[in-house]
Amino acid sequence: MGLALRDNDDREAATRRPLRFLTAGSVDDGKSTLIGRLLLDGRAILADQLDALEARAGGGQPIDLALLTDGLEAEREQGITIDVAYRYFATAKRKFVIADAPGHEQYTRNMVTAAAGSDAAVVLVDATKLDLAREPLQLLPQTRRHALLAKLLRVPHIVFAVNKLDAVADADGAFARVRAALEAFAAEAGFAPAGIVPISALHGDNVSRPSALGGSDGPTLLELLEALPVDDGATAAAALVPVQFVANAANGGVGHQARVLWGRVARGEVALGAELVVFPSGESARVAELHVAGRRAERVGAGRSAGVVLDRQLDVSRGDWLATPGTIAPTSRFRATLAWLDTEPAIVGRKYWLRHGNRWLQGRIAAIESRVDVATLGHRATDALGVNDIGEVVVEAQHELPLASFDDDRVAGALLVVDPASHRTSGTLLVRAAA
Amino acid sequence: MNAPTPLDRLLPEIDLGQLDALEEEAIFILRETAAAFERPALLFSAGKDSCVVLHLAQKAFKLTGSAKARLPFPLLHVDTGHNFPEVIAFRDAIVEELGEQLVVAHLEDSIARGSVRLASTDESRNGHQSVTLLEAVEEHHFDALIGGARRDEEKARAKERILSHRDSFGQWQPKNQRPELWTLFNTRLKPGEHMRAFPISNWTELDVWLYIQRERIALPSLYYAHHREVVRRRGLLVPVTALTPPKAGERVETLDVRFRTVGDISCTCPVESDAASAAEVVAETLAVTVSERGATRMDDRTSDASMERRKKEGYF
Repeated sequence: MGLALRDNDDREAATRRPLRFLTAGSVDDGKSTLIGRLLLDGRAILADQLDALEARAGGGQPIDLALLTDGLEAEREQGITIDVAYRYFATAKRKFVIADAPGHEQYTRNMVTAAAGSDAAVVLVDATKLDLAREPLQLLPQTRRHALLAKLLRVPHIVFAVNKLDAVADADGAFARVRAALEAFAAEAGFAPAGIVPISALHGDNVSRPSALGGSDGPTLLELLEALPVDDGATAAAALVPVQFVANAANGGVGHQARVLWGRVARGEVALGAELVVFPSGESARVAELHVAGRRAERVGAGRSAGVVLDRQLDVSRGDWLATPGTIAPTSRFRATLAWLDTEPAIVGRKYWLRHGNRWLQGRIAAIESRVDVATLGHRATDALGVNDIGEVVVEAQHELPLASFDDDRVAGALLVVDPASHRTSGTLLVRAAA
Repeated sequence: MNAPTPLDRLLPEIDLGQLDALEEEAIFILRETAAAFERPALLFSAGKDSCVVLHLAQKAFKLTGSAKARLPFPLLHVDTGHNFPEVIAFRDAIVEELGEQLVVAHLEDSIARGSVRLASTDESRNGHQSVTLLEAVEEHHFDALIGGARRDEEKARAKERILSHRDSFGQWQPKNQRPELWTLFNTRLKPGEHMRAFPISNWTELDVWLYIQRERIALPSLYYAHHREVVRRRGLLVPVTALTPPKAGERVETLDVRFRTVGDISCTCPVESDAASAAEVVAETLAVTVSERGATRMDDRTSDASMERRKKEGYF
């Protein structure tokens, strides 16, 4: 069986992971129908699940694809979705995970959750809600909001799916105008859409089945998603590893073997023999042994967990970092974009728990400088941030951290903010620069 | 076992490199749980998903050549007393072979304590496991339970976090879950609270079988085709056992069957199959048209929301 003998490539694993994308849309613009359509076409819906839908639809009526995604009892009762749901389907070329963010209450909070770790965002545009006679054509505020939020959260690819084109009079003309408006908006906002696709989620046009709807001769939505590249920071020159788990004889992990420092490589690559410096101690040593799960390795790339044995015993704990010497610039005061997710507003000067990499420490918001208007990406001066607000802040951490800009490094550039009293996840910080 | 089916022919389209990515994620979550909590335990029923998690834990914590080392946490089995004997035999054999510590929490003890009251003696004990589980959490002061639940199993589970918080009554609050951002898990707990950790959240039933095949993970024999006496009841095949005798008028048949899930004997049903190896199960799974729980679990058929209700009460 060639399967069991297939050689692993430690540098490549991360790029072979499923493509994770979030779907952004408002109530009634067909998002649940689109997801139902993807699952149905991806053969992820099985007969008993269809039976349940057909029973609910009543004899002879078409099934409601949107019902495939309402997971919780309250959602079925209220006909809404409450929390981010994860769905799985596969095509011949790729595996997919959909992070489905509901479009109404707690919107930013859910979208931040869905966007963190997503490779792409599919923003739904409901063609029937636009005034197609108006010149110039105005996009809906939620379309701008969803796309700008995805951009703000640095989702690598933003795709627009222009839906319900089967329900407008002149689909070709309508799509041409919506596409022009989306392109103009994206150019103004400073991003290039990965695609703009005319679809009918209800009938399946251009979702997985090619159709001339909207004058399309381009790829279907699925073909587009199948081809999107994934970047995991593997190309960085210098290695950075947050130590997650220290295995030694005492904790039962490795018997009599030397201490193994396990951590997922955040950027670059760890190689046998390479010199690494420990943060914060500043001591350095060489990699004497390198492990991945179940076997030895010579090099381990970004996105994979490495087990590092150093050539001399250093004091290293969970929360420390291993780095190529001379490549980190520790700082304790920094500017960051703060997405606030807690119903209790952010309080300047209050001590919060911060999680950076695998380390918990205390920190405080030294100043709130502005709030981002996600309809325009303009900044408004403010000193308060409440639930679902996104703003620019200055943060003071209890001690220095090997921070990086979030644009360069999704691991060293992100922090969690946790309320010390309630233990709720209050917000997340995307690092911009030292302050 | 039959001769292995050449998988490349069955699966020309599936890139097996994705199993490495799923393995990496699962092992990362196992190490995170072991590092972030004081007293974790791995829920182990000897079902296929928990066998996969146990295998992943071996890879996460044991280096090649140190097979006699122990995992940094014990295994915990909630024993309903209604078990398939071959599953319990398998559980004990693998625990012995790996040298792990096994804690067994007996539902019978909860009945004796009066914390579980059965409406009738033949009532399914599956839903009552939550009580016994939470009693074990309190007795052993466990602060994290590692489970083999997957998001593809059921709609309420699709909204489950990878690290899922339980309050001091062991309850899940689905409307108030902690946002989960990248791998920055919020592991902070107050006294009496605990966390559930689901390392194979993002795996599908097919992934599980592909991995069982690739890693040659041993499973209880009833996961593969065997002769078994069954009766047909409400569209399901119900195994004939001392606990589940045929009802009046039901015809007992001997069929070739295998189990897709294994739980309490009174609510777990097999499907007709002649798949005698993991590769053949993979082939059947690719062709399957009924979901895992729909085909095999009487308890999930009670209502569309039955899983969610049980989860809120502390079920796993």
